[in-house]
Amino acid sequence: MIKLDKMTKYYGSYPAVIDVSFEVLKGEIVGFLGPNGAGKTTTMRVLTGFTPPTSGTATVAGFDVVTHSLDVRRHIGYLPETVPLYLDMTVTDYLAYMGMLRGMNSAWVKERLPKVIDMVKLGDYRETLVGKLSKGYRQRTGIAQAILHEPDVLILDEPTIGIDPVQVVETRELIKELGQEHTLLLSSHILPEVSMICRRVLVIHDGRIVADDTPAHLSERLQHTERIELVVRGAQAKDVISLLRGMPNIVDARSDVRAELQKPEMQGRTALLIDAKPNAGVPEKIAQEVISKGWGLTTLHPLPMTLEEIFLELTTDEDAVRP
Amino acid sequence: MTTIRTIAWKEIRTYFASPMAYVVASAFMAITGFFFVASVSDAFSEATIRGFLAGAVFMLVFMAPALTMRLIAEEQKLGTLELLLTSPVREVEVVIGKFLAAYAAFLVMAVLSLYFVLVLFIYGVPDVGPLFTGYLGLLLYASAALAIGLFASALSPNQLVGLIVGAGVLTSFTIVDFISDRVGGAAAQVLNGFQMGASFSVFDLGGFGVAESGHFADFARGILSVPDVVYYLSITTVFLFLTVVVLEVRRWR
Repeated sequence: MIKLDKMTKYYGSYPAVIDVSFEVLKGEIVGFLGPNGAGKTTTMRVLTGFTPPTSGTATVAGFDVVTHSLDVRRHIGYLPETVPLYLDMTVTDYLAYMGMLRGMNSAWVKERLPKVIDMVKLGDYRETLVGKLSKGYRQRTGIAQAILHEPDVLILDEPTIGIDPVQVVETRELIKELGQEHTLLLSSHILPEVSMICRRVLVIHDGRIVADDTPAHLSERLQHTERIELVVRGAQAKDVISLLRGMPNIVDARSDVRAELQKPEMQGRTALLIDAKPNAGVPEKIAQEVISKGWGLTTLHPLPMTLEEIFLELTTDEDAVRP
Repeated sequence: MTTIRTIAWKEIRTYFASPMAYVVASAFMAITGFFFVASVSDAFSEATIRGFLAGAVFMLVFMAPALTMRLIAEEQKLGTLELLLTSPVREVEVVIGKFLAAYAAFLVMAVLSLYFVLVLFIYGVPDVGPLFTGYLGLLLYASAALAIGLFASALSPNQLVGLIVGAGVLTSFTIVDFISDRVGGAAAQVLNGFQMGASFSVFDLGGFGVAESGHFADFARGILSVPDVVYYLSITTVFLFLTVVVLEVRRWR
């Protein structure tokens, strides 16, 4: 559905995106991850025909974004980062207007509009001026305009930026639902969001794609260290830490104050986080040592690294390579 | 065509949902009304709309950019231009749609001003020819002025920039005779070819006329000449085209 081949975009002499190639198949939900200024928005603007690439090609639904720009634009629903809305129109008027611009006729708009308003739960705000809506509802209006004309491809640029946490959760649920019937490309700099919604992640940094994988594979591939959670009963934290630090293959051990504070049943127990070299049988050895000391072993299990850490690692690695 | 109609209709509704159209229309009526009354209230004065036309042509230098300043600047400021230009819509459709909306707003003012004509028919026996050509000239002049205003609106996300640049360009086209009087010769001839409408003679309330030279003069006198019609249509086309170019250039930056 989406195909980029060696796409490069310069703004003046500044390269915003360099040699980006990837393909998104029909029905895929792909997360586009990168810090601010990495080139996410630029890539999306090229895909939506807003700005042409400097070199390379981009096709959406089989149409080239430069030579068949209007055809491309007929097949996409786009939510730009700023959520562009006409503040002096009502929700219904705004959506109907956007639908007509996207080539819908008024019968189609009449039939489709109530469904979309239900889908994004804007039912109570049909006749409210867009300018009077809260940020979360404006976001929903923005999403509604992107899906109204039943596009094949949905492109959402930072759809949860700047809205409150409850609305973030609702918006993510909505996007997940949309992913069931659209090909979806979603950009974000919030990592748990991407791993929650997407089955495939593209990481972009300084205008280049640095990783393209499933969230699970990404964390496997980048696990230089294995993280282990350990909870013991009847021991002082400093004793456990000094024991662990004396063992081979353990990189670091520290008490997990957050876990101790969060759960009341942690009373009298010591929680620790351990970074160890992977595949060295470390958990087994820890279990033996703890039991031989006569402490109670309550919890011992390896933690997967969060995408956030992977991301941090990816970008720092990239920084180290650059002059 | 559908797209142009959709855009134009949306903008027309926005005009009349906001105070802008009403403010501009009231100011237009008040000021042109003053010019009209001043021109016909002497004993033995002629029953013409020349006074009204002088006022209208002069006022549009500011009123036309005031009507158009929002049209493209606001789309840039709100970011909706990105949405508009990623919809299956051509730049030229956006520009024509918005131009037609501004023109419709102006037409409302033109219709209101027919009140002055009614007054002439009640209290006098006006010559119908100059009334007809006068209004035709005004419609043509307004289309050129609005096209210039729309072009100015596309230049910046700031509406004030649109207003000032638009009024500036229109003023330049208006005071051409002031400059050509001082250069003389062939240069003056060329410059006079661009004389758009009102001139400094507007301030001479004794004369109550539009510029003696320039493309509006004949319309006010009741003469319909093809070069004048072509002039206004050309200005309209050129500036609408330039507006499209400005939008297209934005894409490539």
